[in-house]
Amino acid sequence: MIEPRKPPVMNDGVPGWLKSRLFSTPLNTLMTLVIIYGFYLVIPAFWNWAVVEATWQASGSEECSPTGACWAFVNARLNQFTYGFYPVEQQWRVDLFFLQLVVVIGWITLPGLKGKRWSLAYGLLVMPFASWGILYGGFAGLKTVETHLWGGLMLTLLLALCGMVASFPFGVLLALGRRSKLPMVRALSTAYIEIWRGVPLITVLFMASVMLPLFVPENVVFDKLLRALIGIVMFQSAYMAEVVRGGLQAIPRGQYEAFASLGLSFWQGMVKVILPQAIRLVIPGIVNTFIALFKDTSLVLVIGLFDLLAIVQSGLSDPVWLGNAVEGYLFAGLVFWLFCFGMSRYSKRLEKQL
Amino acid sequence: MLKVLFKRLFSKLWRDPVWRDVLFQTGLILAIVLVGYQIIQNTLHNLETLGISTGFGFLSESAGFGIIQSLIEYDESFSFGRTFVVGLLNTLLVSSLGVVLATLLGFLIGIASLSSNWLLTRLAVAYVECFRNIPLLLQIFFWYFAVLGVLPSPRESLAWGDWLFLNVRGVYIPKPELTGETPVFYGSFLFAFLVTVSLAWAGRQYKRQTGRTLPWIKSLFLVGIVAIPLITGWVSGVRVGWELPVQGRFNLSGGLSLIPELVALLLALSIYTAAFIAEVVRAGIQSVSKGQREAAAALGLRQGRILKLVVIPQAMRVIIPPMTNQYLNLIKNSSLATAIGYPDLVNVFAGTTLNQTGQAVEVIAMTMAVYLLISLMVSLFMNAYNRYMAMVER
Repeated sequence: MIEPRKPPVMNDGVPGWLKSRLFSTPLNTLMTLVIIYGFYLVIPAFWNWAVVEATWQASGSEECSPTGACWAFVNARLNQFTYGFYPVEQQWRVDLFFLQLVVVIGWITLPGLKGKRWSLAYGLLVMPFASWGILYGGFAGLKTVETHLWGGLMLTLLLALCGMVASFPFGVLLALGRRSKLPMVRALSTAYIEIWRGVPLITVLFMASVMLPLFVPENVVFDKLLRALIGIVMFQSAYMAEVVRGGLQAIPRGQYEAFASLGLSFWQGMVKVILPQAIRLVIPGIVNTFIALFKDTSLVLVIGLFDLLAIVQSGLSDPVWLGNAVEGYLFAGLVFWLFCFGMSRYSKRLEKQL
Repeated sequence: MLKVLFKRLFSKLWRDPVWRDVLFQTGLILAIVLVGYQIIQNTLHNLETLGISTGFGFLSESAGFGIIQSLIEYDESFSFGRTFVVGLLNTLLVSSLGVVLATLLGFLIGIASLSSNWLLTRLAVAYVECFRNIPLLLQIFFWYFAVLGVLPSPRESLAWGDWLFLNVRGVYIPKPELTGETPVFYGSFLFAFLVTVSLAWAGRQYKRQTGRTLPWIKSLFLVGIVAIPLITGWVSGVRVGWELPVQGRFNLSGGLSLIPELVALLLALSIYTAAFIAEVVRAGIQSVSKGQREAAAALGLRQGRILKLVVIPQAMRVIIPPMTNQYLNLIKNSSLATAIGYPDLVNVFAGTTLNQTGQAVEVIAMTMAVYLLISLMVSLFMNAYNRYMAMVER
């Protein structure tokens, strides 16, 4: 005779959810309890430090509560964190740069807006130069602001934007070169890509900052920021090339034969048939390299440029505001995190759409 | 007349695909050679006006600066060539420790993110999203300045029993040391190790030919690597001792001390890379289709054997190539050491040595060449491992 079965376990509603997700086995129950105990230890203590006992307004570290966070430090330095040493009366130009960035990126990313192609073209072809022009000035009555005064979040965004946009065409060319049937072109592209991918960005930045001035004739002087940017672009285009190569490899041979049979030349076929498809395929990969570049811009501090991290770092040694390292790093970390997390969400969404 | 002829010839060549390719490539090489020649001329001229000699002669000159941590003997009187080796060894030290720690932590978090416990998976996801979206340099600074930098002075060290001491000068842990007839111990260990490896190899061959597992193969490793050295060691009077750090008046002495620069760099590198490795591991395990588990279960395999024989071998195929990338990234990222003054290759060589000698071209070229070589060797090794693990198809 068959034993009567037990009634099925309840697995809907809140109790069912709790049982299946948190308390299904003794080990699971133990882990759940340990994690909850960990939360109990950490969360209230952090809340107390960061909010309840925190100081928001003060003129120096001494006025801050010793048991709470000293957000007054971040508050006092917020202008410098955003604009670097850009002269205060000229900061509207930086605001214009930010506004331009928000409008263009918003236009591209928000679903349902028309004319995405035009805003993308503006963002890629016009915006980097326009931004540089607005920020540097020296024309139409705009006062020149030397690049050594640029810094903070503005410099981080500018480096990431220019680095990305400039490395894109080089990356595409290198990817085409790596798949070319001409042996010399292929060998040179492969060597370029593998060399830059095999060395750390820091050594590339060192190279750009100490070796580039030796390479050019004596009377040519390169701006320090421009040198860093050249280093970043050389490095980044190698990574970009590999992403684009992935897309090119995914295009079936029939597409090449199709454009050839239509009588299109190699370049016509590439620009009109192959690249649009290949690049669409690898947009998530492009966004990922952009995230990596955005984080990597913080390395320019080793060659003496003041990006967001560097300016927070230098603010920490101010004698009036000593002892605020945790607050400073939390703030900088949060800003970087918001940008990178936002971009990674966007790339996930694109991956689903495409 | 000649001009027209030349133009015609050129346009004819340009229309012929073979000649066009030759022309294009010759032009490309000519351009590169010209630019390269110009750069070399400029550099030589600039170096001359700056009064900097060229060549690698500086490597044998005396360095004249100290380094806070070196694995080999070093002081100010040693040469720049020696600083290069010291820096390289420090880079290799932090990279290899980092690779091990990041792999362990990464696997742990990757597996946790697939757990049936909802809280644990959320926690793993939060870890990944938090640490991989914050620049590594910021994390290094955080550990170095905000955590290790505010530890108490050596006199008021934080202690955990007699074993672990933490202070602003670093971390102090016990140092293992062997006393007694150590050559006997090392000899027996080496012997047992070689015998075990060859027996294991023979067992593998036997299994390949007959399909049967030798019954003693499981206990082999236990006996060979653990028991034999322990017994011979015990008999010959070798004892494992721990040299504990001792709190002196001004500082701790004895034991193994890790400088804060190393600890901060190691923490940041492994925590940051582990976030990426966790994603690699998760994707690898998820790539094994559910049907494979079910098929294995239907054959009557137990849970542990399903993991060992079916899931992990298939997951490893997906995991190894991106894992190689993460290892390479970790090694390259160890160069951020220079920002907090850990004496790695970039810091002592591309930093201090370059500043003292001014020989930018040689120093940067050597540094880059070393990183390229390390990357190349790691990829060769991982590719060989990958071929060993990869699926054999028709």
